[in-house]
Amino acid sequence: MATPQAVIDTSELDQLRIPLRTQLWRLVRKQPLGAAGAFIVIIMSLAAIFANVITSYNPVANDLASMLQSPEANHWMGTDEFGRDILTRVIYGARTALSIGLTAAFLGATGGLVLGVASAYFGGIFDLITQRIVDVLMAFPLIIMALAVVATLGPGAQNVIIAITIPFIPTCARVVRSSALAIREIPYVDAARALGFSHARIILRHMVPNVMAPYLIMLSTFVGQAILLEAVLSYLGMGVQDPTPAWGLMLKGGAEEFLESAPWVSIFPGLAISFAVFGFNLFGDAMRDVLDPKMRRD
Amino acid sequence: MAKLLEIENLRTQFFTADGVVRAVDDVTYDVNEGETVALVGESGCGKSVSALSILRLIPWPPGRIVGGSIRFLGKDLLQLSDPEIRRVRGHQIAMVFQEPMTSLNPVLTIGLQLTETMQYHLGMSNEQAEKRAVELLRMVGIADGERRLQQYPHHFSGGMRQRVMIALALSCEPKLIIADEPTTALDVTIQAQILQLMKDLSNRMGVALMIITHNLGVVARYADRVNVMYAGKIVEEGTAEQIYHSPKHPYTIGLLASVPRMDQHRGRRLVPIEGQPPDLTKLDNGCAYRPRCRWAFDRCAQAIPPLEHVGDGQMSACFRKHELGDDVKAAS
Repeated sequence: MATPQAVIDTSELDQLRIPLRTQLWRLVRKQPLGAAGAFIVIIMSLAAIFANVITSYNPVANDLASMLQSPEANHWMGTDEFGRDILTRVIYGARTALSIGLTAAFLGATGGLVLGVASAYFGGIFDLITQRIVDVLMAFPLIIMALAVVATLGPGAQNVIIAITIPFIPTCARVVRSSALAIREIPYVDAARALGFSHARIILRHMVPNVMAPYLIMLSTFVGQAILLEAVLSYLGMGVQDPTPAWGLMLKGGAEEFLESAPWVSIFPGLAISFAVFGFNLFGDAMRDVLDPKMRRD
Repeated sequence: MAKLLEIENLRTQFFTADGVVRAVDDVTYDVNEGETVALVGESGCGKSVSALSILRLIPWPPGRIVGGSIRFLGKDLLQLSDPEIRRVRGHQIAMVFQEPMTSLNPVLTIGLQLTETMQYHLGMSNEQAEKRAVELLRMVGIADGERRLQQYPHHFSGGMRQRVMIALALSCEPKLIIADEPTTALDVTIQAQILQLMKDLSNRMGVALMIITHNLGVVARYADRVNVMYAGKIVEEGTAEQIYHSPKHPYTIGLLASVPRMDQHRGRRLVPIEGQPPDLTKLDNGCAYRPRCRWAFDRCAQAIPPLEHVGDGQMSACFRKHELGDDVKAAS
């Protein structure tokens, strides 16, 4: 009989680690679309962070001497009806889109995460009531729901964030709950209970880390959706207000008045919206493929 | 020896669509300080439920403890408030589960899982807890603790994970460790190591051990006293020696006849127990083992035999307990 002092050594295992650069390169080759999405996301983030370094124009100051100029050497994307450089406003618009998109997506996904895990953990009547509220909220289309919230609270960046966050919470809660239900049945949750931990600790410390995969997938797709929603709300005049550079606002000004005479006013912000949403969606899809073990096997 | 845990008339039931399942039905037993007690029986006989009842971990709905008392160090655990029972769980009574592969959280490091418990119950600082965690890992036979603490459960084999679970159970110096089939999921060679480790450590630290198992070999080797359960009731109670060499209940006799034994000649045929355990929702007013019992007679259908002394501390719940002695040899 072996004694308890018998010792098993597994130090060689550490040498099997793959260097990060090789892993990254493998990922790019396996997920070219995801890499392209990540590229767009990175470009957009850099543009948002370094907006004031990249361009010397002021995004909000009017320059009536150069109204509605077509794209040329000084103004690569032309100027709008107030003489503001479109490229500058597109770059600064990335800042608005990302700050609203990231905040709303993060709040929505995180709220849904906690609610979904708690719902699965407690089960019973709590689960039943939570899920019926989720049902009601999910019955409204995303845009109608957001519009209703803004209509109640009034426009403005902060209210737009709230308006986008609220419909995200139930969507994420539903997805997270289904993963958490499976985790609830794994013995380590009962083991944690047998160790005397409180409900809050078990939910936050022991269950939440196990549903990170669906959470991150939801988070990344939410950012794209939130950017689109923000643009829609701004386009409808219920989001951020002029003169803040926001893609939806720029599209509105350009599309309604100058679509024929000065198409560049609306084309470039429109392209920015499309690329941003496209990029985040590709990134989110790739993330799902990588994080979902069932997809990975193929 | 002082009594550590006294379970009296414990009844735990599950309220299902098919009726009330009387998983634990009027069970009484106790565990003395530092002693190793085994709870034996086949699947679904209520042994795990009776263990989970001690820590009040029966999920409601559908399960509920409907009667009896569980006294631990003089306190009735069934009367404690939720925060109070949480202080008992993991701290004074620890549990080791059946599945080492899934009892540890795969996304948290071993170190975090070990230290968290000690910080939570003993109020240790991070450094103290880490130091003790390394010590605990050494005690359960895992070297290089500092590095091991940074690793995740998938870096460990099943046997090593069960060692970690034992370290976790010992971490807060409990008075009692309940091990629910601690070796079922392990290789036979590892099973012996793990049991020996648990027995050694509990002896050394004076911790009482309650082993829940369906493996009679485990019982013979490691338990001081044995409770045999059938259909939610204890049918026989005695020392390991008594249970093994002079069983006084037909079910125990049947169990022993159905497993190979090193202390008997090789040519012996193994005799299975015919039939199935009864549906716990449809128990009648007679002995639950009667349909499978070859000693059964009229009286068995009319009343449930009480658990009574047969001498020398051994107890049996059979009307014919005194006639069984000579038959055992014939049966085996």
